[in-house]
Amino acid sequence: MTTITVTVNGKSYTRDVEPRTLLVHFLRENLSLTGTHVGCDTSQCGACVVHMDGVSVKSCTTLAVQADGASVTTIEGLANGTELHALQEGFWEKHGLQCGYCTPGMIMSAADLLKNNPNPTDDEIRHGLEGNLCRCTGYENIVRAVRYAAEKMNTVNAD
Amino acid sequence: MTTETMFGRALKRREDPRLITGRGQYVDDIQIPGVQRIFFLRSPYAHAMITSIDTSAAEAHPGVMKVYTGKDLPAVPVPCGVNLPDSNQKTPPYFMIATDRVRHTGEIVAAVVASDIGTARDAAEKIVVEYDPLPVVVDAEKSVMDGAPQLYDGIDNNITFDWKLGGGDIDAAFAGAEVVIKQRLVNQRLIPNAMEPRAVAGRYDSATGDLTLWDTDQNPHIIRLLICMLTGIAENKLRVIAPDVGGGFGSKIFLYAEQLLVTTITKDLATPVKWVETRSENFQATTHGRDHVSYVEMAFMKSGKLCGLKVKTYANMGAFMTAFAPLVPTFLYGTLLSGVYDLPALRVETIGVLTNTMAVDAYRGAGRPEASYLLERVMDIAADELNIDPAEIRRMNFIKGEFPHMAVTGMNYDSGDYEGNLDKALAQFGYADWRAKQAEAKAKGRYLGIGLSCYIEACGIAPSKMVGMMGGGVGLWESGTIRVHPTGKVTAYTGAHSHGQGHETTFAQLISDTLGVPYDNVEIVHGDTNQVQFGMGTYGSRSLAVGGTALLKSAQKLVEKGKKIAAHLLEANAADIEYKDGSFSVKGSPDRSKAFGEVVLMAYLAHNYPADLEPGFEEQTFFDPTNFTFPEGTYMAIVEVDPETGTVTPLNFYCMDDCGNVLNPLIAEGQVHGGVAQGIGQALYENAVYDENGQLISGSMMDYAVPKITQLPSYTTEFAPVPSPSNPMGVKGIGEAGTIGSTAAIANAVMDALSSMNIRHIDLPLTSQNVWNAIQAAK
Repeated sequence: MTTITVTVNGKSYTRDVEPRTLLVHFLRENLSLTGTHVGCDTSQCGACVVHMDGVSVKSCTTLAVQADGASVTTIEGLANGTELHALQEGFWEKHGLQCGYCTPGMIMSAADLLKNNPNPTDDEIRHGLEGNLCRCTGYENIVRAVRYAAEKMNTVNAD
Repeated sequence: MTTETMFGRALKRREDPRLITGRGQYVDDIQIPGVQRIFFLRSPYAHAMITSIDTSAAEAHPGVMKVYTGKDLPAVPVPCGVNLPDSNQKTPPYFMIATDRVRHTGEIVAAVVASDIGTARDAAEKIVVEYDPLPVVVDAEKSVMDGAPQLYDGIDNNITFDWKLGGGDIDAAFAGAEVVIKQRLVNQRLIPNAMEPRAVAGRYDSATGDLTLWDTDQNPHIIRLLICMLTGIAENKLRVIAPDVGGGFGSKIFLYAEQLLVTTITKDLATPVKWVETRSENFQATTHGRDHVSYVEMAFMKSGKLCGLKVKTYANMGAFMTAFAPLVPTFLYGTLLSGVYDLPALRVETIGVLTNTMAVDAYRGAGRPEASYLLERVMDIAADELNIDPAEIRRMNFIKGEFPHMAVTGMNYDSGDYEGNLDKALAQFGYADWRAKQAEAKAKGRYLGIGLSCYIEACGIAPSKMVGMMGGGVGLWESGTIRVHPTGKVTAYTGAHSHGQGHETTFAQLISDTLGVPYDNVEIVHGDTNQVQFGMGTYGSRSLAVGGTALLKSAQKLVEKGKKIAAHLLEANAADIEYKDGSFSVKGSPDRSKAFGEVVLMAYLAHNYPADLEPGFEEQTFFDPTNFTFPEGTYMAIVEVDPETGTVTPLNFYCMDDCGNVLNPLIAEGQVHGGVAQGIGQALYENAVYDENGQLISGSMMDYAVPKITQLPSYTTEFAPVPSPSNPMGVKGIGEAGTIGSTAAIANAVMDALSSMNIRHIDLPLTSQNVWNAIQAAK
């Protein structure tokens, strides 16, 4: 066992973990933060994407011990209290989800994309989400959702 | 109070707030104190005798509670729920855990129960299984040959059924024809890949004998029924909950070995246990779809007029048959082979073949995509050979005139306007303009292709009597109960199950309208056998047409009851009461009225109440439709093919769907998008491949191409409703249409792009490699 301290959604946790524990399992099983999902075992699907020190990572391909001392944001920590993040709102408004299983990872990847490129074209949105698989939506409404969020965030920033 | 009409409104979903904030509750998210984890050890061999299993080292591993093999457990069969009539069906015996022989990779040979999944996996590595490999067959056409490896005693040549359907005078039709198009078509094997893999958790209470199963499935009541029939657990002691379910696409309909094992093990240990499938397991051990090889002969006059169709299909069923498997390549396939066309004669034969592969069962569309692809692809080959525009050969052969229309297959099409739909699509989507753009592009050396597909499907599955005639072991009605609480708030219980479809929203919309209560006052409950009366679940695009109608009828019953109560309170005749905008009033005297809430409260108080009426305000309906519904539509795909690399780029995809009346256009459009994406996936990318040793080569998301966001185009979706007479809302169904119609449109577009290269047909998937090879071969 190794002792790690990780700040998750603004709260600090110190836990003993097996060195082989993946970050996603640490979040889900040690912290009961089950919003981050596991959809594959080969790092393809992106359902597990979280932010670590402000950068999106696949938490199924990150060891919990690598997050020692880091600050992690999961889907549970994206909204500002009861005020949804623009991306959450966009996915809701544009029907960007059906079963919802890929959605947390999709939103976290999109958040990283918009941070680096606040005005993406549709092609850039698609390129930015290439590491996230969705089997329900055919992606069209995901593109619309991200576009909605980008516009909203830009409007808010301009105000 | 005026209640706004909800039918037809593009409401955003009430399911979403929990799902976009990470508060969904999928099976693996449910916190069960003390839960032990199960790891299933699976066969690495596709066909082998098990000569010994030594679990002693695993049992001694710290943290292991118990290790089970086939010898420790009862021989519980994994059930097939269909016995096809007149087909000589021989259902193979297949059990929840192998004892002496395995017949596909991924078959369970042992189960390890331990404190956590890592420990269970570590222990499983210490189990020593000795196998004696047997010859393997994975290909259906090879499997039926004399001398092929045999999977089961008593199932000669691995033929599990031989099903036939005919209509019209096929010999006369071919004798009178001028041209016969012959084509061998492969409809490749697919892997459904719902984003949430399967998961089952069980908790047995030894004090009460109650057993709760959390299961990611599409139909919890059927799962409960089958488990109880097979294990002897009383149906009133087993609660099955299908909570948030991360997609199904057919693959979560069936009762699998894992649900039976979790049930058996939690009861045996009197300890909560959980199994969560890895994606690798999902590839190997969750049902696959499609996998047909068909020999097609389609007879025409030179004018393009269709004379007859003969089809012989080898359907690869895998190593065993799950619940609906035999229905898929037979009644859900052969009966749709006349499509939207006035086909005079048909003969179809499907040979169900066992092989050393995972079982094949329903995958989105289930039989209908296979039929639609076959018909629409061969129509295009015929158009090419007869030198007729693909739109015109279709138009010439459409069913026209009155509905219902009895097709040569025996299907009674409820309603449609096939020519009108095509015309609308061609005009709206600029068919002629695209032809002009194609010619311009060609002049510049670019290969654009335009592909059409006119699909029909049978959904709203289905009349129970017809399912019985097809050999199905269930009725396919649906139930809906509406409970209006004394305060006027409404809880509705549906036997349909949502795993992405948005029933919590759409069903509340339709109840709000009929019951005249605000949408926000209606809650929908589904997916829990202890709450919902009974239900058949969701598949076959049936939820709204069948389950929605059950709720609609319950709401109508409540309005009728309300009229009786209001009549009593208003000292009027019930026949003179009308109900509008939440108010019961005497016809012609709107001031003499009682509000919905007053009437409901009186139904519970029953102080001043009709003598012949029961108190309470709750109604239940079990709705069994008299016919399927028959959605139809026209899809048009635009692709570009790079002749140097063979790479196909889908540029645009246009959909003109008749799914009957549309309750929520936002959700209906989403269903079309997702369906089309899966159909394009089959056309261009996806392919489940076993090597000759029965190893699944495409056994991960690295090797199996679930389409990425960069591989799919934008879609344009429009609706051209022709209401169905099969149900009072005039709805048809839209869950599968996209998948059913889109594969052929893409394939036809690719062949259209290559039309100057003397390429008649390329089998799916149209990967760069397959297309490039065809281009080289044609040179």
